[in-house]
Amino acid sequence: MLKHYKPLALMGALFTAGAVHAQGVVANGQTVVMKGDGSGAPCLACHGMDGAGNDAAGFPRLAGLDADYIAKQIRDYNAGSRVSPIMQPNVDNLSEQQIQDVAAYYATQPVPTASSDSDAELVASGEVLATRGDWDNYIPACESCHGPDSQGMGATFPALAGQHPTYIKQQLMAWRSGTRYNDPNQLMTGVAERLSDTQIEAVAAYLGSLQAVSAQGGQ
Amino acid sequence: MTLFKTTLLTAAVVMTQPLAFAAEPKVPVQLPEYKEGQYIHQAPTIDDLMSDESIHPELRKVILKGHDMFMNTQQFRGKYVFNDMNCKTCHMGEGRMNWSAPVWPAATTLPDYRGKNKHVNSLEERIAGCFAYSMNGTPPAYGSDDMLALAAYHQWLAKSAPVYEKNIGGRGFSHLGKNIPEDISYEKGEAVYQANCAICHGNDGAGQKKAGKVVFPPLWGDGAYNWGAGMTRIFTAASFIKNNMPLSKPGSLTDEEAWNVAWYINSQERPQDPRYTGNARETREKYINFHKHSRYGTEVNGVVLGQHDNTGEKPFLKPDNLKPRTFD
Repeated sequence: MLKHYKPLALMGALFTAGAVHAQGVVANGQTVVMKGDGSGAPCLACHGMDGAGNDAAGFPRLAGLDADYIAKQIRDYNAGSRVSPIMQPNVDNLSEQQIQDVAAYYATQPVPTASSDSDAELVASGEVLATRGDWDNYIPACESCHGPDSQGMGATFPALAGQHPTYIKQQLMAWRSGTRYNDPNQLMTGVAERLSDTQIEAVAAYLGSLQAVSAQGGQ
Repeated sequence: MTLFKTTLLTAAVVMTQPLAFAAEPKVPVQLPEYKEGQYIHQAPTIDDLMSDESIHPELRKVILKGHDMFMNTQQFRGKYVFNDMNCKTCHMGEGRMNWSAPVWPAATTLPDYRGKNKHVNSLEERIAGCFAYSMNGTPPAYGSDDMLALAAYHQWLAKSAPVYEKNIGGRGFSHLGKNIPEDISYEKGEAVYQANCAICHGNDGAGQKKAGKVVFPPLWGDGAYNWGAGMTRIFTAASFIKNNMPLSKPGSLTDEEAWNVAWYINSQERPQDPRYTGNARETREKYINFHKHSRYGTEVNGVVLGQHDNTGEKPFLKPDNLKPRTFD
């Protein structure tokens, strides 16, 4: 009797919790990664089956990122608060369930090993920004929101450690220019627009040099 | 002289902004204007410390230790600190920042009489106060290596500042004044909190940790500052919030929002005031010059705030260093 009851109750909870809190199904997410949304390129074409992304091309690492963060980004592309002519047409036909499935899939992929070919001096000055900030220009440390070693804080503040430098630079530029404005309460916008080009270069190099830790294992 | 300095500093700040974005930032840094005749200090940075060859290497080590203690005070959890605070939690930007209670004035304005404990305080005693109240703990012993390191960091930050100059721009947390507006409310404060603060500090005010490290500090509850901390005063919290929160967006809340949310946050329970007599109303009256600015010992939502024996993680009420001093 009880056995019968539990799954029913669970399913009920899933439905009543609403779309945002429902669970993604990893296996179904794998299908989405391979097939895409039916009207564009599949995810794996750029992000890879393993979610490692590609630094030179500016394709972000998705492996090991927080699932809710990934899902929110896809929704934001569709809502227009994050603008990308590449991403938007490739995710606009995903259902809410598919969005969660693909997010769950990439979140569970093992994180790649960090590359270590960055300029040491650049990395060192980036480390100062990420860990102490530049308060004379009112730039708080990355860590003060993105957490210890910038490994991310939940669904709101994504992991920056082990993210590709080219992608980090692109995103900081996107906040400065206003093509990305999906940060809650504009918490990133002000910081991005106060960063100099040199600082962006340095902090991207430093963050990219850090070894990522999966959001699922970090807590 | 002072005026000249102010002008120079303003020019420097303007020039360091990236040219293309200087015109109209989407999220401007909105800090108050300095008043005419104020001394405006530019505290040195750790880079300055490392490159200053006039500093003896032994002193540099001591100052660096003080800086490390300031930034990561949690390394003394269970020894000096019994909540989730670091010095830098309230004194942002490494204790250097104007409008974030820069700590160096303690080195140039003390020894002086302090109303909070009604006697003349030294720099060490002022630092000890932070440990007793804001950190809900007990300070490093006077004259100890740890206390020396912290004091050295404070004094080094004060480099070139005039001794006993009290008219200091951006000092403390009081620029909104001390008079609580009459029309503020718990409900309005709660709405401001939910919209602007909860995303980091949580609906329950408990903050967030990761891998055992405090990332977003608690604002109430056992991990927060206790009922004797300056931040429990509504005006202190309101000015702190106005000029420092949300992080990276100083001045983005209206004065009204800052007052309301300070009222809401300081209407929540926290560890006991170390000066507690066993009765919160009585303790409030005994220290009314302080507590007239807080809600401690008053009835909020049907209960008297602070009427409890909860000292948080701290296994004692009052640290030994809190004692009167007299020269009679």
